[in-house]
Amino acid sequence: METEGSSYDALDLPVAMIEAGSVAAGEWIVVWPVALALLGAGLLVMLRGHKALQAWFAAAIVLAITVSNLTLLVTVFENGPVALTMGGWLPPFGITFAADMTSALFALAASIATLVVLVYAQVEIEDREYGYGFFPLLLLLLCGVSGSFLTGDIFNLYVWFEVMLIASFGLLSMGGTRIQLDGTLKYGFLNLLATTFFLIAIAYTYGLTGTLNMADLVAKADDLPLGPMLTVAALFLFAFAIKAAAFPANAWLPAAYHTPKVAVSAVFGGLLTKVGAYAAIRILVMIFPEGRDMLVPAITALAVTTMVLGPLGAMAQTNLRRAVGFMVIGGIGVILGGLAIVAPADVQGMAATAVARQGLGGAVLYGFHSMLTLTAFYLVAGLIERMSGTDDIRFMGGLYLASVPLSIMFVVLVFAIAGMPPFLGFWPKLILVEGTIRAGNWVLMVALLVNSLLTLVAASRLWAHIFWRNGEEGARSEQRNTRLRVLEPREVRFGLMPVIALMALIVVFGLFPNWLFEAGGVAGLDLVMPDRYVDAVFAEVPN
Amino acid sequence: MEVALAGLIAAFFAVSLYLLLSRAVVRMLLGVVVLSNAVNLLIFTAGRLTAEIPPIIPGSQYVPIEGAANPLPQALILTAIVIGFALFAFLLVLGYRAYQELDADNTDTMRLAEPTDAPRPPLSY
Repeated sequence: METEGSSYDALDLPVAMIEAGSVAAGEWIVVWPVALALLGAGLLVMLRGHKALQAWFAAAIVLAITVSNLTLLVTVFENGPVALTMGGWLPPFGITFAADMTSALFALAASIATLVVLVYAQVEIEDREYGYGFFPLLLLLLCGVSGSFLTGDIFNLYVWFEVMLIASFGLLSMGGTRIQLDGTLKYGFLNLLATTFFLIAIAYTYGLTGTLNMADLVAKADDLPLGPMLTVAALFLFAFAIKAAAFPANAWLPAAYHTPKVAVSAVFGGLLTKVGAYAAIRILVMIFPEGRDMLVPAITALAVTTMVLGPLGAMAQTNLRRAVGFMVIGGIGVILGGLAIVAPADVQGMAATAVARQGLGGAVLYGFHSMLTLTAFYLVAGLIERMSGTDDIRFMGGLYLASVPLSIMFVVLVFAIAGMPPFLGFWPKLILVEGTIRAGNWVLMVALLVNSLLTLVAASRLWAHIFWRNGEEGARSEQRNTRLRVLEPREVRFGLMPVIALMALIVVFGLFPNWLFEAGGVAGLDLVMPDRYVDAVFAEVPN
Repeated sequence: MEVALAGLIAAFFAVSLYLLLSRAVVRMLLGVVVLSNAVNLLIFTAGRLTAEIPPIIPGSQYVPIEGAANPLPQALILTAIVIGFALFAFLLVLGYRAYQELDADNTDTMRLAEPTDAPRPPLSY
């Protein structure tokens, strides 16, 4: 296997591989999140009879994963990207796990969101569902998601996608009500189609370059002729657009995400679409930058339509969780918008890099914000559904009197999701809008602002209908809503408290965004100029 | 040989997309099977079709002999077959359960999660 990018000789590498010593122990940090989740899921299956143990054990595992992800983030902050290649093989032959700032941020947000959902699940999961394997499936889902974020091998990414997919099938259809079967069927077929298209793109990539290692591809994909590169990049974009639920491939999301338990909705809304967005960023930007440049008009069109139609769809819903589902879609548009920020043709060199870096940094931070905020949004929606006993916003009015904290949290969420200062959502939007101005992409800039406005309208309409209005739709103002009840102590402890903790995190991150700015800058730079990533992967290869 | 396989793969894709566009869940399931096989053949062809020299490294050497078959696509296909079969099995059961519960094989009539007669959103505010 000859390469121009790396300086090893074709014949020396196998020899070196056989003679290579053990891998430095510090870099095991990259696989801990995945290994812990997989191990935990296996042990939880064995514990399926012990109801009391399961939840505690699952929480301990996810807490350990969160700590591990935090350590990973700190390590990446201090030392740059880290990598580990499995099985005593040297890259590009062994399966590589590698984490740069983008991976670390996404992985951390995923584990925090899962931890919160795990606690919330205590109020929701019925006894028999412990036996069905709710907790093992949740851990497997986290395993698939973390694996997708941390892997450095493109075929391995496909495998993690499938791990995630099969776990999500189980969670989505658990309980097997009619509406769930309907939602799962649509979710299942379309997501399977997306991963199959991803596999097609992988096959072409392998046929063209002879390698599947992302760091190796960075060098090799540059030599590809433009035609094949555009084909492969477009196939990847198509597959990830379905996975991320970008318009016009978004139909499966609002059909499925409101059907399962709220805990499942929350973890899906927070995690799954972001994996598609992450993969699009990783592959289109880092591996096929020239393909991305050619696809910018298409990505812009996707991003703009998704950004506008997401909140518009949310306004048209009466089902609360379906409305939140449309907001998930709107957020995906914003992340895709970050991919479309490239310097105008007359700007070259470092200035062009700086523009692209800004767009990607904004996209990564928006993904981070979106994972936390949408998980919280779904959980708050679940508490509202519990208190009002319905999922229809027409009958929820007057909730302000029943729960003031919930009302305040919802307002915070409305502002956070619309990107209003001082909440977490504002800063990535600011970076992105500034990026569009530097890129001269006015359509995208207007779309970002319109997205904020429409999301604000859609979300505050929800708030007005659920909290502000005195009673149900059509009721006279002095008529109180009799459906409402207050939360039971157990629901406060396991339902309200974790959501308050997550909201506090969102507020604190919003008030002290400096480290996020720094992280976003590093993430963007490492994506546009992945030298440090490639060096970390090939660190063990003798020159 | 590549040309013949390319034609076969194209035919597989055409058939599977036609089946997937059907309204009947059973046909869509068949489409999924054909699609995953089309992709498997695609990976196989993308790994280059070489002469029948097995990719076994002689004891005295570090690398396979010149012209040996590429073993990597076979490993990839094996993985893809296993995953594809597992997901197909799940979808098959799901389709059957949906048929039992919703009494429908026609996706046009499966509108439980997204009812066609959904109420209009409230117009206040």
